[in-house]
This record gives sequence, structure tokens and C-alpha cells, in this order.
Amino acid sequence: MAQPEAVIDSAAPEMSTIYIMGKRYEVPKGLTIMRALEYSGYRLVRGAGCRGGFCGACGTVFRTQGDYRLKVGLACQTVVEEGMHLTQIPFYPANKALYNLEELKPNLATLVQLYPELPRCVGCNTCTKACPQGLDVMDYMAKAMRGDIAKVAGISFDCIMCGLCASRCPAEEVQYNVAILARRLYSRYIAPPAGHLAERVREIEGRKYDQELDRMANMSIDELKELYNTRDIES
Amino acid sequence: MYTDEMRASIRKVEETRARRLEEKHPRLAPEEKDALLKGFHPDYREDTQRPVRVGPSAGDRMPHEMVDLLEARSLIDAGHVPLDAPEYDVDVLVIGGGGAGASAALTAHEIGAEVLLVTKLRLGDANTMMAQGGIQAADKPNDSPVIHYLDVIGGGGFTNRPELVRALTNDAPLVIKWLEDLGCMFSKEADGTMQTIHGGGTSRKRMHFARDYTGAEIMRTLRDEMRNRCIPVIEFCPALELVLDDEGKCAGAVLKNMETQEGMVVRAKTTILATGGFGRLHVSGFPTSNHYGATADGLVMAYRAGARLVFLDATQFHPTGVAFPEQMLGQLVTEKVRGIGAQLVNAEGEQFVFPLETRDAVSSAIIRECQERKKGFATVTGQPGVWLDSPMIELIHGPGTVKAQLPAMFRQYERFGIDMSVDPILIYPTLHYQNGGVEIDEFGQSSQIPNLYIAGEAAGGIHGRNRLMGNSLLDILVFGRRAGRHAAERVAGIRVGKPSLDHIKDFDEELEGAGLGKACSPMLLPDYVGR
Repeated sequence: MAQPEAVIDSAAPEMSTIYIMGKRYEVPKGLTIMRALEYSGYRLVRGAGCRGGFCGACGTVFRTQGDYRLKVGLACQTVVEEGMHLTQIPFYPANKALYNLEELKPNLATLVQLYPELPRCVGCNTCTKACPQGLDVMDYMAKAMRGDIAKVAGISFDCIMCGLCASRCPAEEVQYNVAILARRLYSRYIAPPAGHLAERVREIEGRKYDQELDRMANMSIDELKELYNTRDIES
Repeated sequence: MYTDEMRASIRKVEETRARRLEEKHPRLAPEEKDALLKGFHPDYREDTQRPVRVGPSAGDRMPHEMVDLLEARSLIDAGHVPLDAPEYDVDVLVIGGGGAGASAALTAHEIGAEVLLVTKLRLGDANTMMAQGGIQAADKPNDSPVIHYLDVIGGGGFTNRPELVRALTNDAPLVIKWLEDLGCMFSKEADGTMQTIHGGGTSRKRMHFARDYTGAEIMRTLRDEMRNRCIPVIEFCPALELVLDDEGKCAGAVLKNMETQEGMVVRAKTTILATGGFGRLHVSGFPTSNHYGATADGLVMAYRAGARLVFLDATQFHPTGVAFPEQMLGQLVTEKVRGIGAQLVNAEGEQFVFPLETRDAVSSAIIRECQERKKGFATVTGQPGVWLDSPMIELIHGPGTVKAQLPAMFRQYERFGIDMSVDPILIYPTLHYQNGGVEIDEFGQSSQIPNLYIAGEAAGGIHGRNRLMGNSLLDILVFGRRAGRHAAERVAGIRVGKPSLDHIKDFDEELEGAGLGKACSPMLLPDYVGR
């Protein structure tokens, strides 16, 4: 019934040797780590989510042949290499501050109060090297330490909160949680609210469109079709 | 990354680009569109669907893969579940941890109800997270919920339930305001004006977005708020069946901890099903853009409990799924790529459809171009596709626009060695959305089962036979909020009767009588092991 998303060429594909948690498997070349795990017989419960690089469920730490360094990436976006050693880290028990956004001020004091470890950053750039999204994590942490919340929000925007930055940080920062705090503070307090939106909300709460909507809801399909096919379209 | 054959076709696309910049492909006349859909949309083919033989919607046609699950037995032994000793006893049980579930839980919690959210994977693991393009709401001065209403119902082929469309379009600006207040980072002008663009089938530019991580930004904001308010969440713990009481009202659910395999019973005054759709059933063998968990579990549960399913014969294929490279097959190329200027062209470099027709029409046109007209490009694995001419975006809006406006898309292609701001990308329709679902009213209540609510993709009728881009992120929030509010406001007056799973026994007997029920469902996770 269900079909895998990547069709594997059945005519004897070229194989790679990989090591999943130290155990050797042969998998077709070109598979992502996630597909290689499944091909090897793993039924993923943790460690698989959107399968498209958006959700951060499939953080993986690995080492490639002939290299002593540990690397990290998303299992759904990283292609296996010959001799790769890997293990998934689908959960990372990092600290998340609890707060009521309505009681906060968008400034440095808020960031430091909620994440007191923030000034401990040593600027080693390990987080940036770890980020599977290619974000300049160290840069936004530097901006956070100066209280530049708008910059943190902008630079960190593409964060998928996989936690790989925190997993490698020697200063035990929780970069991705600092980033979402900054984005929420920026959007709530620094970016101006949309005037046209507030106005439309007032109209709807004043039931301005109720009558016209009722009329629409009771129209015959022919009347609706006529209206639809002759509607003007903004260019 | 592109092969020599692909390069040769790309040169033809490049040769016609200057001319196409000036060229406007005509829109389909209503009768042309009709003929196109009937000829090429998978829903209209004889071999893709069959009528379900048991249950409240018996006789209705649905995809084979869905019918297989509905004609299967329960995973639980209904006679041996300790219903009288529930592990949890709450006001509102929310099943599902995507945008619909989270907005329902937050809203019910705001009102003061005791809420428990349970979910199969993690909180936030859902299609919501993957929705890149945007969310519709008529909040600009040249627009109104009435104009939005007409677009929705026309896009749905005039089959939508009017009261649901009315709720959707009138609440739309309210949910955008709710998100703005929660600190959701919409793309705005310097003065706070929302940036909005067209989507397929819209008559006004009402597509709001957060760069191209719109769904992710909404989901991570809602998830952060859930955590801040300490609303209880149990992850990796899907529901297997709904529990009814002796009056046939929904009274909670039976869950299974997927990590320990232990069963668990939750007693609840009201239950909100927000379990999503059926993308991972790979209907008709199509690749899918959907999340790992999109296996229609909620539909199966609700159906066994007596809820009707509507519009399940209408499947949405997103016209632009990735056809190359193989590692990204089926993943979505957001409609925003067409929204900001990229045209669809065949292997000869010719346009063949206006790029912003409704999704069903664009998908059908691509299938026709490849199957009937033989003007698609087939990759080495035989996967057909047509070109989406993304470099046009840079010519129209200036260099760097692709990377700035579509960072997620750009990054994903870049990982596999393709620069979509320089080269076009090969696409083919992908299984994207379940238009139908469990029948609901304008508060999200099941039309058949009291105290059961359904929100999000699991619900049916809002979009009729075809949903427009940007109305799914909208509907999960509108109906998540409505269901959460209604469910929470009613708990004071609800007395739960004696819990029962007799409906499971009855359904299993009905299956046996029809010679069905060989397999078990819900599926919970698709089976990719060993492949």
C-alpha cells in the first residue's frame, strides 16, 4: 500500500557501507540517512518528522571515513557516504524558559533574565558550524548579548529548532530557544502592528459583513457561478 | 547535478524566456477547465477509487487506500480495555499536535478548561510545519470576507458547505490578529502593513506569509505558547479508538504509548480530533508532500464511532512537487514560486497553462502535457516532469529575490547542487491534501457524534472538492479555535455516562458479516522498512 518516497533502482544498485550505532549495513548509494535507516530495517518512531527539512526531528551526529571530527546534520537532508558512522539524536534535553509574553519588555535585561547563561558565550563558532540550516548562529548570539532583538529575529528566522547547536555548545547555551524568544518579542513589540488588520477586526466584531455573507450563503449555485466567473481580479 | 539531456532542454527554456516575460498565457474558460479536469485529474479515473462497503458512509467512493483502512478491524480488543479506570480524566481531550490541535488546546485553556493534548509524534510534528506558502485573510482595504467567500466557493467547485465557508472567511482576520498578538513574525512593510500576494484562484492579494516558513513560524509560535502555559502534552502516544458513553456521546479515547507499547484510557467531557489527513497513504501511487504521520488515523476512529465522511473522493494533487532530484521526490515546491512570477513550461520551452489557475486545473494540465501531448521531460528513472522557470523571478523582481523570498526552497535545492535562481526546476504533481474528511458544523462539532469535534485536515466540507492555497493554514486555526472555544464552553453542562467500546465490537461484526476485516487499522505510521 504505502510506497517509499525514493524509488530504489532494483537492478543491483551500487552500495555504500555505513555503520548505524556501530553496526555495519550495506545501503544503496545516494540515499539520505533517513532512507538508509529504513532500508536497513529501522522502523522510525522518533527521529522522523516532516521528511523535508522543516521540523528538526531527525538531528543526527556522524563521522565520515578518515576524519576524526564529529559532524551533525538532518537525517532527511544528508546523503550517506561510504564508511559513515552515525547515530540519531532526536531529542535534546535543553532548558526552555517559561514566560508570559504580555509581561515582557523587548530588551537585553529580558533575554538575560530568562537565559542567564547568555553572556557565557565564548564565541567559538561551534554552533554556526553545527547548524544544518546554514545560519550564522554565533552572530545572532552576539547580537543577543547586545540586546539587538530585531537582528536576532531576522538572522535566526530560518531556525527549525532541531537543537544541534545546543548539543555542541561548550558554554551550554540554548541558542534556538533564545532565538524564538527574540522573534516573539520582535513581532509583538518592535514591528509595528498592521493598521489595516486592526480596522478589519473592528469591522468584523461590529458584524459589518454578516448580512452580505448570509446573502452569499443562501445564493443558488447558478447565481454564485455568475458572480464568480465575472469577478474582478486584482492585477 | 543536471544531466546533459536536462541541460539541452533547459537551453530551450532559456531561449524562450525573454519572449515569455512579455507573454501572458490565457486563463482557462470554465468549460475548458471542466474538460481538462474530467480528462486528466486522478479523481476522475475509474481505477483509483471504489465504494466503501461498511459503516456510516457505505456506498461512497473513496481512494482504494482509504477504503482499505475503513474496511479493517480495530487494533484493540474492545472487551478487555479497563475503561472504568482511566489514566486521565479531563474536560477537553485534544488528539493531534499540529496547528489545529495546538490552537484548539490554547483556546480551550484560555477559557479555563482543563486540557490534555496527546499526539502520535512530537508536538508540532504535522503538515502545518511544512506549509511554506502562506495564509489567506481578507484584511486589506480592497478586500472583504465576502470577496474571500466567493473565491473559496468558486475554487471548491461550488460544492463547499456554505456555513463553513462563512466561518472560514469571516474569522480569517481574527486569527491573523491572534497570531500577530502572539508574536508570530509575518512579513510586513516598515509601517506594519502585511505583505500579501496572490495565490492560485485568489481575486485579491490576500496571501500573508512569514518568508517561506509560514507554517513553521505559526507552529513554533503556538508550540512555544503551549509550553509557556504548561498545557499538558503526551507525545508518541496516538489514539487508537474513541470511547463513547451509554448515550452514544464521545467520552474520550484509548491511546497507545508507541515507545512502551502500553495502552492508556483518557476520559473527557469533550474530545477534539485534529489528526490530519491521508497523504502518507500514497493514494494512486503518487509521491506525497505530506508529513510522516499523515495516515488518516482520526478518520478511521471517527468512522467506527459512527461519524460520516464527506468529499473523500476529492484528493488534492499539488501541481508542483519535486520530480528531480530523486532524494526530494514528492516534496513541495511552494505555490509562491508561481505567485511571484515563475511560469510552467514544457520540455520545448513553451508555456501550456496560466500558472495561477486553481491547483486541480494546473495539476491536470501538467499530467496532460506529459501523458497526452508527450511534451514533458522524463528523468533517467522515468519520472516525468515539466519545468518551473524560477530564474524568471530574478528577472522580474531583481537579482537575489529567490534567495530572499524563498530561502527554504533555495536551500533545499542547493543541498543537492541545484541553484534555482539560475536554473529552472523539474516538477510534477504530488499528493498534497485530503479535501474531504469528517462531517462537521460551523463550530467544528461532528454532525453525528455529540461531544466530538473535528478540526483541521481531518474535517471535511470547508473546501468542497478543491482547496485554495493558503486556506489550509487558515482553516486549522479558524476551526481549531472554534472547536476549542465551543468544547470548553460546554464542559460545565456535560455529564459523561458509562464508557463503552461496543461500537468497536459492532463494527467488527459488521465487517465479519461482509467478509471484510482481514487487516487492522489505523495505520499509525507508513511502512518504509526494508525499502
